[in-house]
Amino acid sequence: MSRSNQRWLLGGGLCFASLLSSSAWADTQLNLTKGVTAVSREVYDLHMLALYICTAIGVVVFGAMFWSMFFHRKSKGAKAADFHESTKVEILWTTIPIVILIAMAVPATSTLIDMENNDNSEVTIQVTGSQWKWHYKYFDQNIEYYSVLSTPREQYENQNGSFAGNGANKDENYLLEVDKPLVIPANKKVRFLITSDDVIHAWWVPAFAVKQDANPGFINEAWTNVDKPGVYRGQCAELCGKDHGFMPIVVEVKSPEDYDAWLNEQHALAAKSADAEKASLSASMSKEELMQLGESTYMAYCAACHQPTGLGLPPAFPALKGSPIATTGSVAEHIDVVFNGRAGTGMQGYGKQLSLKEIAAVVTYERNAWGNDTGDLVQSADVKAAGGE
Amino acid sequence: MTTETINESLVDDHHGDSHDHKMTGITRWLYTTNHKDIGTLYLWFSFIMLLTGGALAMVIRAELFQPGLQIVEPDFFNQLTTVHGLIMVFGAIMPAFTGFANWMLPMMIGAPDMALPRMNNWSFWILPFAFAILIGSFFMESGAPNFGWTFYAPLSTTYSNGSTAFFVFAVHIMGISSIMGAINIVVTIMNLRAPGMTYMKMPLFVWTFFITAYLLIAVMPVLAGVVTMLLTDTYFGTSFFDAAGGGDPVMFQHIFWFFGHPEVYIMILPAFGIVSTIIPAFSRKKLFGYSSMVYATSSIALLSFIVWAHHMFTTGMPLFGELFFMYCTMLIAVPTGVKVFNWVATMWRGSMSFETPMLFSIAFVILFTIGGFSGLMLALTPVDFQYHDTYFVVAHFHYVLVTGSLFSIYAGAYFWLPKWTGHMYNESLAKWHFWCSLISVNLLFFPMHFLGLAGMPRRIPDYALQFADFNKWVSIGGFAFGLSQLIFLAVVIKCIRGGEKAPAKPWDGAEGLEWTVASPAPYHTFSTPPNLDEVKS
Repeated sequence: MSRSNQRWLLGGGLCFASLLSSSAWADTQLNLTKGVTAVSREVYDLHMLALYICTAIGVVVFGAMFWSMFFHRKSKGAKAADFHESTKVEILWTTIPIVILIAMAVPATSTLIDMENNDNSEVTIQVTGSQWKWHYKYFDQNIEYYSVLSTPREQYENQNGSFAGNGANKDENYLLEVDKPLVIPANKKVRFLITSDDVIHAWWVPAFAVKQDANPGFINEAWTNVDKPGVYRGQCAELCGKDHGFMPIVVEVKSPEDYDAWLNEQHALAAKSADAEKASLSASMSKEELMQLGESTYMAYCAACHQPTGLGLPPAFPALKGSPIATTGSVAEHIDVVFNGRAGTGMQGYGKQLSLKEIAAVVTYERNAWGNDTGDLVQSADVKAAGGE
Repeated sequence: MTTETINESLVDDHHGDSHDHKMTGITRWLYTTNHKDIGTLYLWFSFIMLLTGGALAMVIRAELFQPGLQIVEPDFFNQLTTVHGLIMVFGAIMPAFTGFANWMLPMMIGAPDMALPRMNNWSFWILPFAFAILIGSFFMESGAPNFGWTFYAPLSTTYSNGSTAFFVFAVHIMGISSIMGAINIVVTIMNLRAPGMTYMKMPLFVWTFFITAYLLIAVMPVLAGVVTMLLTDTYFGTSFFDAAGGGDPVMFQHIFWFFGHPEVYIMILPAFGIVSTIIPAFSRKKLFGYSSMVYATSSIALLSFIVWAHHMFTTGMPLFGELFFMYCTMLIAVPTGVKVFNWVATMWRGSMSFETPMLFSIAFVILFTIGGFSGLMLALTPVDFQYHDTYFVVAHFHYVLVTGSLFSIYAGAYFWLPKWTGHMYNESLAKWHFWCSLISVNLLFFPMHFLGLAGMPRRIPDYALQFADFNKWVSIGGFAFGLSQLIFLAVVIKCIRGGEKAPAKPWDGAEGLEWTVASPAPYHTFSTPPNLDEVKS
């Protein structure tokens, strides 16, 4: 081996080693997850069966090819044989694959029949996707809430930064964390009714082997029965627009007792926030309070489209800075757009998602930030009057 | 040998005749109705598109090099993935095959030209306009299409960024071009074969293009229909795909994939034809199982019409539908397997040598088969729920389209470059191209299998930390693969400008009428049909 070859090898080896040793290599997952349900383990077994069969076929076929390449080469003096057809062989290598396929189809069919059996569920939860968050509604419980990405913007928005500088440090569950996870009981059959408010999304939790499209105007069914309490993470799996990569799913599986306790807690919280909502109707907030709450709410719910600068991403997401709606237009109209959304556009209604107080604050913020100095102050009662009829 | 001289003299007799007024400069290319000129135009166009689509892919890979948003906004990222897909499918792979069809079909069946030469000119010259519209939308206020190359409604209708109209018209023009090209291929093969060339005596290359052309004629109108429905839903108030008006967004996917699945065979059957021509030539042995190859290709084409919903297992189909589409999809493995086994049997006990066309063909067989394996795994509905819309799918279709279709195109280009240019290409530079491509393409696409299995969804501009290491590798592979393609450009330019003079038949194992004419092929070949018996002897 020549000197230069050795140097190449050494250099290549070093690159290789540095890549191998980088950050979290040890945690890198190579294979499909086994998951935590009977179905997900069946799916895993099926995956492994298919993988082994393919590997075995590959070894035979590629083996024969490489054998020819080594031993039947012209440079070794190989003379070409002159056979070029055989019906017997063709029949043979048509039938053998069919037998192998049947061997795969049988377990696949039984797993599939299992997966599609949505009967006898004990808990039913409606899952609704919208750009770009998930909404969970517990049937017969009067509990519903939105679940939104909780990774701070600073952690992913290092645009125009250099490759070397990675911006803010990223947490362990970067992009896979939400403010309020879905909570379900362990060892109970939980049924999901999946739909969408706008475009098609897909609700996917790998550990459950559940992936189901959320189609606007239609309801899909899926179910799971998890045997181990814990926190499981997934993501939206169908391209749904700009922030498709930023609408994760987190499911917290609790033991049945803990789940019941959680339900009680949620009912208590719901009662409390209803009281707060009522109280806010008669309260009057100062401009500072409104602007402060408005800014935080705006950043969490509005900035993804309209941008922190209020400049939006036209034409799909218009600017608010200097726009008629947020300046010269009437306050009532502004509230109406925020509360009820605008049909046929990406603007969804926030009446369901935010409290009256938050909407009042956001509208106040939008009418006074970025040089939109209207001076208008909006209170919860105004929101109730203008939007909530 | 005698045929060759006869053809030569016939061609020569016609020089100076009124119909041989070869124009010069740009008008030669604008007005040409010559199948070789049009073939050349198609091939250059597709290579330019390959580099354009590749440049977009490299921006995508740069963004995905590490976690966090580095160089592009998420919305622009979606525009990149969308236009990359559209360019590669409609701009790079399909026109490259049409280029091969134009150059080679008449020469392989002993015809003087394509049957419909003026339509041939038009079907090429509308293509640049289609892509000017598509790529031009990057520079418009709306931005380029950002809804994925599969343009699922309602993301591409109600929620589109305003690029839908341009997208629809670009696709319409591409579709018209494809349909005309396909009609030309069918008419040429049915009517202009040399006397004595029965269907079962046609080279397999001709068969695969014949079948592909029928697929195109069958499904391109479906694509035209679905984009038109998209257009009226977006701008004229219809509700084909809007539940609020009585429509159904899932119906969009049914119509799209009824086009889309045959479309993927449109991009692979010609590859089978090219590889089936090259492997026997460098094994110095006839293709094993010619007739079974013809039947296998036809079965794949027929099956392609009844498997479309395997792209839609997660849309909420009834159990019966899922089972039907799973079984039909698995069946495709049978004829595909037959083809692979036949290629291996052709090599078996041959007398093999490994010039660049053969290297690309062998890589094709192995890597396409790997793509076939992942395809078989994806066919299993229960596991597809896990694989669907992840990088496992991205790995799968890049194995069949890049190391499948694209590699076959390179194999064919090297195989026929001596015939096209009259010069031998530089073999050692070509081998550099092969080995650089082979290594980098696997670094690029193989780890995507792991990413997908580990749970990384496709079409995301940023990802969770556990995917970081593989993405770095993949990006490095991507840059290397992209740059390696410039070697090919160098080989081709060198080969056009000069090089060792190519004999009429530079490959001792090659068979077919195209090798009976001089290299470079004269501007007009087979003005009178060749005598097949004389050629065979």
